This record gives sequence, structure tokens and C-alpha cells, in this order.
Amino acid sequence: MSPEKMVMMANQIAKFFSSQPGDDQAEKVAAHINDFWEPRMRAQLLDHAKAGGEGFDPLVVSAIGHVREPA
Amino acid sequence: MKDFIIPWDDKDMGTPAKEGAPVTLTIDGFDVTVPEGTSVMRAAAEAGLSIPKLCATDSLEAFGSCRLCVVEIEGRRGTPASCTTPVAPGMVVHTQSSKVKKIRKGVMELYISDHPLDCLTCAANGDCELQDMAGVVGLRDVRYEPGRNHFEVRGATGANPEYIPADTSNPYFTYDPQKCIVCSRCVRACEEVQGTFALTIEGRGFESRVSAGAMGDDFLSSDCVSCGACVQACPTATLQEKSVIELGTPERSVVTTCAYCGVGCSFKAELNGDELVRMVPYKHGKANRGHSCVKGRFAYGYATHQDRILNPMIRDSIDQPWKEVSWDEALSFAADRMRGLQEKYGRRSIGVITSSRCTNEETYLVQKLARGVFMNNNTDTCARVCHSPTGYGLGQTFGTSAGTQDFDSVEHTDVVIVIGANPTDGHPVFASRLKKRLRAGAKLIVIDPRRTDLVKSAHIKASHHLALRPGTNVAVVTALAHTIVTEGLMDEAYIRDRCDWDEFQEYAEFVSDPRHSPEATELLTGVPAAELRAAARLFAKGGNGAIYYGLGVTEHSQGSTTVIGIANLAMLTGNVGRKGVGVNPLRGQNNVQGSCDMGSFPHELPGYRHVKGDEVRNIFETAWGVTIDPEPGLRIPNMLDAAVEGTFKGLYCQGEDILQSDPDTKHVAAGLAAMECVIVHDLFLNETANYAHVFLPGSTFLEKDGTFTNAERRINRVRKVMAPKNGYADWEVTMMLANAMGAGWTYTHPSQIMEEIAATTPSFANVTYEMLEERGSVQWPCNDANPDGTPLMHVDGFVRGKGRFIVTEYVATDEKTGPRFPLLLTTGRILSQYNVGAQTRRTANVVWHDQDVLEIHPHDAEVRGVKDGDYVRLASRSGETTLRATITDRVSPGVVYTTFHHPDTQANVITTDFSDWATNCPEYKVTAVQVSPSNGPSEWQEDYAAQAERSRRILPAAE
Repeated sequence: MSPEKMVMMANQIAKFFSSQPGDDQAEKVAAHINDFWEPRMRAQLLDHAKAGGEGFDPLVVSAIGHVREPA
Repeated sequence: MKDFIIPWDDKDMGTPAKEGAPVTLTIDGFDVTVPEGTSVMRAAAEAGLSIPKLCATDSLEAFGSCRLCVVEIEGRRGTPASCTTPVAPGMVVHTQSSKVKKIRKGVMELYISDHPLDCLTCAANGDCELQDMAGVVGLRDVRYEPGRNHFEVRGATGANPEYIPADTSNPYFTYDPQKCIVCSRCVRACEEVQGTFALTIEGRGFESRVSAGAMGDDFLSSDCVSCGACVQACPTATLQEKSVIELGTPERSVVTTCAYCGVGCSFKAELNGDELVRMVPYKHGKANRGHSCVKGRFAYGYATHQDRILNPMIRDSIDQPWKEVSWDEALSFAADRMRGLQEKYGRRSIGVITSSRCTNEETYLVQKLARGVFMNNNTDTCARVCHSPTGYGLGQTFGTSAGTQDFDSVEHTDVVIVIGANPTDGHPVFASRLKKRLRAGAKLIVIDPRRTDLVKSAHIKASHHLALRPGTNVAVVTALAHTIVTEGLMDEAYIRDRCDWDEFQEYAEFVSDPRHSPEATELLTGVPAAELRAAARLFAKGGNGAIYYGLGVTEHSQGSTTVIGIANLAMLTGNVGRKGVGVNPLRGQNNVQGSCDMGSFPHELPGYRHVKGDEVRNIFETAWGVTIDPEPGLRIPNMLDAAVEGTFKGLYCQGEDILQSDPDTKHVAAGLAAMECVIVHDLFLNETANYAHVFLPGSTFLEKDGTFTNAERRINRVRKVMAPKNGYADWEVTMMLANAMGAGWTYTHPSQIMEEIAATTPSFANVTYEMLEERGSVQWPCNDANPDGTPLMHVDGFVRGKGRFIVTEYVATDEKTGPRFPLLLTTGRILSQYNVGAQTRRTANVVWHDQDVLEIHPHDAEVRGVKDGDYVRLASRSGETTLRATITDRVSPGVVYTTFHHPDTQANVITTDFSDWATNCPEYKVTAVQVSPSNGPSEWQEDYAAQAERSRRILPAAE
């Protein structure tokens, strides 16, 4: 999908979890992405992060480390 | 396995069943014990004694007008009507004394004196209660001289002024006044059962006539919604199905389940041979209790429509015409292509879409095809675009993804919130049950941008209508919670007992923040703060509170958050876990609940278990002898994105028309066009088939065995009443495709598929066809812990343990109005049409709705120079279309509304690709648009129509 759409979808998830109490929001964002994003979507997300992560919400950036690398 | 069954006893008991302490009386020498409040007529029927009757029927309260059911009661004077006389302890009743027999014969003589004696040529011959009663009372002659009457076209002195010709305006039934005995059953059915109040008795005495609507109306132009309740109630041929007039009275019947909305009404399909004569609502159906709507009752003609495709077809590319081929050729063509794509582009390059219109067994097989034959999790279903947020939201808060109640629960409700749902159009039979409860005094809060019929219609008025701006559901629901928490209206004991107390405190702190108050959000939501506060107080303190919601909740960027907010509201007020309360998603399609239960989603196996779980995968790996991919698959929008990108190449789409029903039509079309093998398995060449390479003909719900699961988790049997016109039931077609790809499946009946479902899915563990045959239906979970099924969920505690309160921060959608697109479009549906209209557009239902129209407020219309009925251009950043405008204040200024039933308007060319944050459920309900006058179809519509026509060409079959 277009990078803009992918960034928007990731940021939407971050937006929800950023409002949740606790200090594990980044893990929760990553867990959601791991549960619902198909490997090629996660690959695109990780590639975009490696390329600088333009447009990512800061919470997405901190979640990246917890996103499972597709096999 | 019995495929054809005689319905269980559905004898008319005369008056409705009552609940109460047992009362024993004697009728004709037999002792009978019945609940207090039962009529003498019903008590007699319980004892197997039928008292003659005409104006009484057990779907309606007793009326006492025909005087045919008179009896004698020892110690009482006169001859009371048994229908209106309640039983009393020790009562001694005689139903066949010489006195009452004489009275009855006199009554019948009077009736027959003004009734044509054309029984042999009458459409109700053999199915007429007047005829039956004449027989029962032993009427042998009529002593009255010919005189004034209603049935002769001409009298001795010329035209008979009392004669009124039949009203044939309704496409499905006729009203023939000459046969009417003015028993008022139709009028009472319209009021009590349907709740529309379209019928009345006009005039007095001999002038009394059934009348639809106001003076000058006929049935079609009146408020009649063609639900069929009056036809069902009529004891004579006065209100008669046109199909019976044409085809004759049916001689056999099979109980089955309607294939339209998620209410899942039980019907008797009544036939002669394999010719369907009519569909009659089945009174022991636990979802509908004998009621129906215009779709289920009458709109089944699509099953035999000439547009049905009965032979498989293939083509190399979508610019070619279709070629009819044998099943073998079509299946091996499809199998070779799909396997070839996997070899070339990888295992995950193909996928399936399961059908929420097909049976559980069929859906189960389609997802099994993806997981066990394609070896990936690329399976999704129409629920993606409707109730996927329900799955996420209720799963997170309560621990399971389904409505908490049965439909009967509404009879115990005191306050109802209906949010983002329009049940009188979308779920009409449930709406009738709701309206009945409202007329009995329950209070109603409607949260909807439009003034739906529930807000105010005959004898119904919502206490509060919160007409919010589209896209602000979360703000409104959170403001309701704010009011409940800050005013101390919550049920603290319930919360402490049932929910996670720490999470509640965090939640309470969050909602108590003044920025969530109704006053602070009023400008944003457009809902007056005082009204919202009053609604919150009513819901919190008004007794049993139930919430019913629909796609107006889920189809938003924050759909899942609103579902969570609704669950929060129910927990806050202690409204989960008993009769009359609960959270009730009104599911759209007949088996969308079932298709979700059966593992249609790409992240979960049957029974809502994530594919990442080793234990769950093991169950299916052992059962199927394959290795299951632990990674989630693509959802429908992701499939389309991947297709445009070139990594998703093949799709098997069963009974779903994504090109018409999914948002952003141009994007869907681009995705489909980029695929190298699209297999459409459907009844008709639907819009998606314009981009298909293989067409596999489908079968209707009348042509196969299986089960549907409705919105209340009720598993209902679907029974084959005729052979599939296309040769195979849909489960057989899927199996043949799987086997063409080497699967080696050997099912010979859907009951074997259910056995596999029960063996692998704990919530279905005890479900068998034998059980369904015995009980009619059962609500899941049905297993050793709940052997009788589960009418109410979360009774002793939430499925997940403690209920979870989750913070619901409002986030505005990025879809915003501005100078170019200043109005908000929201979409929905209408009573007479269903979903993309593929079925209902092929029935006479089009007389009620032959095109999609745009509802626009008078102010917005005026500034644009738009008049009622004008063609207007409707444009968004995604695309534009044209349709006719209808000017109405049902929508607020700034909001426009339309439906998506017709492919030539294609409302979804306007909707965008924005979606719910958690589930990718599209944001159908909010699109920024502009409306302007127009002369006719847009260029896009013309191109689309031309492409569709080209694509539907079929080559003549080779000799």
C-alpha cells in the first residue's frame, strides 16, 4: 500500500494506545501490529522505519523494536 | 438425516400464552391446569378441545367480536366468549351445550349470508377458517333472503354500491373486500405484531371496512410495510398471497431460516413438489416468534430469476466474453491458475473471501481452503466492513465477540439505547418486537444523525434523540459516561463484583475530566448538553438498560473505540448478565455472526482463537493433517492494496460483491483488475464478476442443507427444499475446488462438516444436526458446561473473568469538511432492499425503492438550487456520481444520506479508504462531500456501465 496509508494506519493505532494508562504503550502498539498485520505489511513498516520513519508518531517509533520481523 | 420434515405442531391456540401460577379448571369433564391469566379458549386448546373461533388467533390479544367461541360456565349467567374470559380455579366449562351450538350456528349463518359461496374457485379453498368453522358448527343452510351485501358485483337493480373491487396494488398480496368478515385480525396484527398502524376499520355496522392508510390510499400508497402480518392473520381469502392465487394452496412445508438480515427468522417454506408457493413465518421460531418482514416473507423470487447463472464459465482475461464450460473444466482451470500463481508469486499471493450469506458449514470450508490448501491465512469476510470492530471491542472488554442477549430479552427491558442502527429498516422483525415493548412503556434513547422512524412514529416516541454530527460517537458515549460517573449514577457494587476495580478507577478518572463533559463537547458533537445529561440519567437509573447498535457505530475511524465505550456504559450501569439488559450488536447479513465464528478472519481460527497460538493450531493441524501458518493473513483492504502492489494475485470470492459493497470503488476495481485469477462464486454476474476469470454458479438457501447463526448466537437449521438449480450446493462447489487443488476432502453431507466444527471448536462442542432437529435451534456456547446453549452471556461473570474498562479518547477522523467538500455524507439502507441489492433488486421489492436517492436538508438544498427529485452530482475526494435528491429534515443541516443498493449509483465510489484503527473496518459513515445540480449520469457512471456490459458478454455454448 502507499507509504502514506501505512503510516496513517500505524499512527491511528498509536493514537489509541497513547491514551491508555500505564507505561507499556509501545509494547501494546507492537502487539496489536503483530496480531493483525500480515508479514508484508510489517515488512513495509519496518523498512519505512529503517529509512527514517518519516511521518511516524513517536509512539510508533518506540514500538518498532517490539514489532516481530517477518520470517 | 431427514431432509424434508413436517413442521412440529403449530396449532393455533386461540389466544397468547401467559405466565402465572397454575389454575385448574374442568372443561367438558376434563381437568386442565394452565397458568393464571390464560383464556378459557386456550385452556381448552391445551386440553385438545378446539372451541370454534374466527376473530381469535394466538398471535393477537383476544378481541371478543365474532361471538363464535361462546361457552357456558356453571354458575355464570349468559354465554361468555371463551377468548376474553380468563380461567378461574374450579371453573366448570361446557363448550358444546345445545345452547352454544345454536348460537354458533346462528352466528355462522349471519356471516355466510354476506359471503360469496365460491369456495371451489377461491384461493383460500382448503386453507380458510370461515370454511372450517361452517363445517364445525354444522351449517347446512342459510335462511336469509338475498339483500344488501358486499360481494355481488351487480344486484337485481344494477351495480352493487357496496361492492369494492380487490386492491391489487401491493405486488405480493391482494385485499379483496368481498371476502372480508371484519374480524379485525389484520388491523390488530398491523398494530400489535408489526406496530405500523397502517390499517383501520372505517365506518360502522354494515359499512365497516378494512382500510389501508388515509382516504384515497391503497395498500401500496399507505404506510403499509408489506410485512405480511395481516395476510398471516387473515382467516379468509381477503388478504391473500398472489403466489397462492396463482399457484394454488401448498401441500407440504419445510421449516428453514431466512437468508436476509441477522435477525434470522424461521420460516415454513410451503411448496407443491419443488415449486415454492410461499414463505410463512414459523411461529415457534425463537428469533421471530411468528413475525416476518417484506424481504423474508415475500422477496424470494430472485432464487428463480432469469439472471441466475447456472453453468460454470471461464475466460483468460477480463476483456474477453465469458465461455460456458463443464464443471470439470472450470475447476481445473481455476485450480491450475491458483497453483500457478502460488508457484510464481509465493504461497501468500492468493486468498479467499468467505460469504456471510452462506452457511456455517460452507464458510468453514472456505477458510479451511485458505488455511489447509492454500496454506496461508488470507481469509476474510464481509464482517471486515461491518462488525469487525464488535469483535475487537467486545473481545477486549468482555472476552468474547458476540451479543450478550437473546431477542426475547427485549421484553424485559426498561430503557433502550439504539445507537447507529435503524432497525425498522435494517432489522425489521426485531424492530417490531422493540416497538411492542416501547408501547408497553419502556423508554427509548436514539443516538443517530438522522431522525429515524424509531425517533417518532405511530405510538412510539424516543425520550431523547441525540442527533450527533457523524464521526463523534466516541465523544457522545464518553460524555454519557462522564455524566454517569460524575453524578454518581454508576452501579458501584456491580463494578466491584464483576469488573477490574483498578482499571475502573483509571477509567473513572479519565471520564471525569471536564473536557469530556456534555457541555465541553456540545460544540463538537452538536448534541445539547442538557439533553445528553438527561439521557445519561435515564439510562443509569431507569431500570433494566439495554444497548442495541449497528453499523453507525462500527463503520468509523474509531469504530472499535465506540464499541469499547458502549461496553463501558453497560458495565458502569450494571447492565450485563441478566434478562432485559446487555450489549447487542445488530448483525447485518444472515450469517455474518456465523462466518466470524467459523474463523473467517485472517488472524483467528474457528472460535475466535488467534493463529499465533500453538495449541489452537495443533488442533486443526491434527484434524486436517497440514501445517498452519502462524502469521495473520491479509484483510480485504490489505488484499486490495497488495494486489495493486503486485504481491496478491488470486482470489476466491464466495457470495460477496466487494466491488459494490466495499468503499472507494475505484481502488477496489484497481485491485481486482491487477489480479490474475479472480474466482467469483455467486448466484448472479455481480459487479465483482466484471473483473473475474472464473465464475462458479452458486445455490440459494432453498437449495442446500446447513446452519446460519443469527445476531443472538442462535444456530438455526437451513433445509434443502429443492434441488440446486446449478447442480451443486455451495459447500460441494468449494469441496470440488479444494479437491481440484489436491485436498482430498470427502464430505457427503453438511452434518459431517458440523461434526468437524464441533470436534475442533469448544463453543460448538455439543452442536449436532440431531440436536437441532430436536430443539429447533441452540445458542452458542453449547458444550458440556452449557449443554442447553446460552441465551444470556456473562451471567455469573464475564467470559474473560473481570470485565475491563478501557479508556476511550475521542480522536477526530481525518475525513473533514472544508470549502471543497462542506457536507458530511453518511450511508445506510432501506427496508425493501438488502445489502448490494443483488437479491432484492431481482424481486418486486423495487416498487418501493427503484434507485438510491440522496437525502438532503431543505437549507442545504436551497443554497445549492436543488429541488426535490432533481439530479444532483455528489462528489468527494475519491470520486463522484449522480443520483436524485429528496429534500427532508430527517437529516440535519450539513449532513446528507444515501443507500448503496444500486450499482448504477454506486455510493461507494464516493466513500474513502479511511478505516477503523483496530480492524480496518472502512469509514463508510463519514465522507466529506459536495452536492451540486446535475443533468445526468457522471462520466464515471457511463464508463462503468459500459465496462460492466462488455464484461457480462457470454459466448453461445459450443455445440
